[in-house]
Amino acid sequence: MTETTIAIEQGGGPMLGVAPPEDVLLDVRDLKTYFHVMDGTVRAVDGVSFSLKRGSSIGVVGESGSGKSVTALTMMRLLDIPPAEIVDGEIWFDGRELVAMSDEDIRHIRGKDMAMIFQEPLTALNPLFTVGDQISEQIQLHMKVKKREAWDRSIEMLKTVGIPNAETRVKQYPHEMSGGMRQRVMIAMAISCEPKLIIADEPTTALDVTIQAQIMELLKSIQQRTGASLMLITHDLGVIAEMVDDVIVMYAGQVVEQGHVDEVFLDPRAPYTEGLIRSIPSVVGRGRRLKAIRGTVPSPFNLPPACRFEPRCDYPWDLCRATEPELYQVGAPERGARCHLYGPAGRGHRSPVVGTASVEGETESTEAARPDAAQVFLKSEQALEDRRQ
Amino acid sequence: MTKYIIRRLLAAIPVLFGLSIILFAFIHLLPGDPAVALLGQHATPELTAEIRAQLGLDQPLWQQYLAYLGQLLHGDLGKSIITNRPIIDEFLLRFPGTVELTVGALIFAVGLGIPLGRYAARHVQGFGDGMVTVISLLGISIPIFVLGLTLQYIFAVQLKWLPASGRLDPRIAIEYHTNFVLIDTLLDGNIPAFFNGLSHLILPAIALGSIPLAIITRITRASVLDVTNEDYVRTARAKGLSERRVGGRHIMRNAWLPVVTVIGLQVGGLLAGAVITETIFSWNGVGRWTVQAIQDHDYFVVQSIILIFALIFLVVNLVVDIGYAFINPRIRYA
Repeated sequence: MTETTIAIEQGGGPMLGVAPPEDVLLDVRDLKTYFHVMDGTVRAVDGVSFSLKRGSSIGVVGESGSGKSVTALTMMRLLDIPPAEIVDGEIWFDGRELVAMSDEDIRHIRGKDMAMIFQEPLTALNPLFTVGDQISEQIQLHMKVKKREAWDRSIEMLKTVGIPNAETRVKQYPHEMSGGMRQRVMIAMAISCEPKLIIADEPTTALDVTIQAQIMELLKSIQQRTGASLMLITHDLGVIAEMVDDVIVMYAGQVVEQGHVDEVFLDPRAPYTEGLIRSIPSVVGRGRRLKAIRGTVPSPFNLPPACRFEPRCDYPWDLCRATEPELYQVGAPERGARCHLYGPAGRGHRSPVVGTASVEGETESTEAARPDAAQVFLKSEQALEDRRQ
Repeated sequence: MTKYIIRRLLAAIPVLFGLSIILFAFIHLLPGDPAVALLGQHATPELTAEIRAQLGLDQPLWQQYLAYLGQLLHGDLGKSIITNRPIIDEFLLRFPGTVELTVGALIFAVGLGIPLGRYAARHVQGFGDGMVTVISLLGISIPIFVLGLTLQYIFAVQLKWLPASGRLDPRIAIEYHTNFVLIDTLLDGNIPAFFNGLSHLILPAIALGSIPLAIITRITRASVLDVTNEDYVRTARAKGLSERRVGGRHIMRNAWLPVVTVIGLQVGGLLAGAVITETIFSWNGVGRWTVQAIQDHDYFVVQSIILIFALIFLVVNLVVDIGYAFINPRIRYA
């Protein structure tokens, strides 16, 4: 495979300070969010860039502490400043820049054009108000309608998210509902003002497995129906594969790989992504050793000097301890991996590609043994197949 | 809800019953003989024995208690040894004064404590927060009688801004209907007398309210801080609500819950504090009467007052619990 070795950030990237083209809804550029705490500074988000077209969806994967949620909260400007600080970067949303925007202006975007669904439906709703009260509060605020009208729309929204007896449910308090039901309420609230972007931050982590699938299905159908863009944050790779168009993989506050979801899962380039996909546990492969990524996520106060993944990587060499790798373009223009293997010095070093070839090499175990991954791979293979024809 | 209230009221009966036993025992353990106190210098063994027989004090304790309980069940609190008038009449004469003082103190404590607590929580770790902490520590550590005398000295004696004692200027004559000075003056449209009564209330209310003020401030601060970190507050912000609305609606409504409980408990402290405050400020209320009754060895009066105060405390806390259900839908009193 021949790769251009220019860094995506330097080449082709948009000029800072200039609005992105009309079809790009969200353009995050070199975003840096740090937390100043007693023990030092945590670089929670450290130079993250990505963009999202209108109507399309992006997944953000990574371990806990990789900066996924902080990225989303920075976009919503929901972080407490201090201790947080948006050190650098731009967030272009719907033609406007959010980082420099006043608190008053951002309020009119929050909940209206950009809505967020949180991880914990059990605690994310106020226990003292009925769900109808909480949904219509937002509708009244942004849609400038009367209370009665907002209330009717709340009922309509509850119906949209598949809550039976919406007329009764709307008068209930959060504690009278199950976790899945409350997450549906959160979704109803998020979509109540017809947002252009829905951010879902691990929306199913706190839920039962059977409910997880339902909620994801609901999110997907709502996204398709309303034409909103979706940013889905999760650590569930199976979910990402089914739900989104593009994916960014985050590690220690940086994007380590980005691209179309099928390509990233079919042909992961960054050693970290490769490790993530390999570590999906299997049912049939019981008794075998789980291929986990060795080591642990580095302490945010004590990051490795150069490549942040180097101590846990299977393919490190001197360069990885000396200089920090950039996000190099691999293959398609939108595709990038943060690894020296794809930099100018990377040639000759072992490629970590596990893609199609390695999957076929382990046929007897892979497809049956790893239902999630197998599904992902089969789906992406099919997609590639389709594209070739 | 009605069922719950009835059940709570029924549950109060054994409490009052137990209290009546304890009270009765304690009062009779006190040194001093009421018959001797009544007779004073003229006490002779014969006269004393006669009085004791009149009051039933010569009978065994358990018989005295049963007689007392029988009276109570008839709603009869007995008569004062000193004035020979029914205790309930004397009580009702003085109770409005104590209510006025207690409510005044509560308004001062809640009205100032909650804004102070919210302010401290908003400026946590800052200078304002530190000042509020100092004020509330002072409030809780200065005894009522020290604060009361200090206030009298500064504002009444030195500055002469406010009256030092009493409920009303003795030169002002008003007609009593309810025995509430502030209500009676308003009923008669006597506005100058109303403000005179109000000015008399200020210093004792501050003295009595200082401890509840300190406690309410601390609890409000802690509660607001607690709620501020809740997920639903972030949700409220994510909806695009203004800080004003997030603070006033989503945070305060939740922060109220522990504060309301504490206010209910403070009523007990206020009634106890009223005894000292009324004595210092010559405030004609139940508290001062209690002190007088103890000095006079007027057993039955002391007994009755404590019993009624206990009943008030129970009722206030029941009201607080019911109020709680209105704020917090998660509590269902079935």
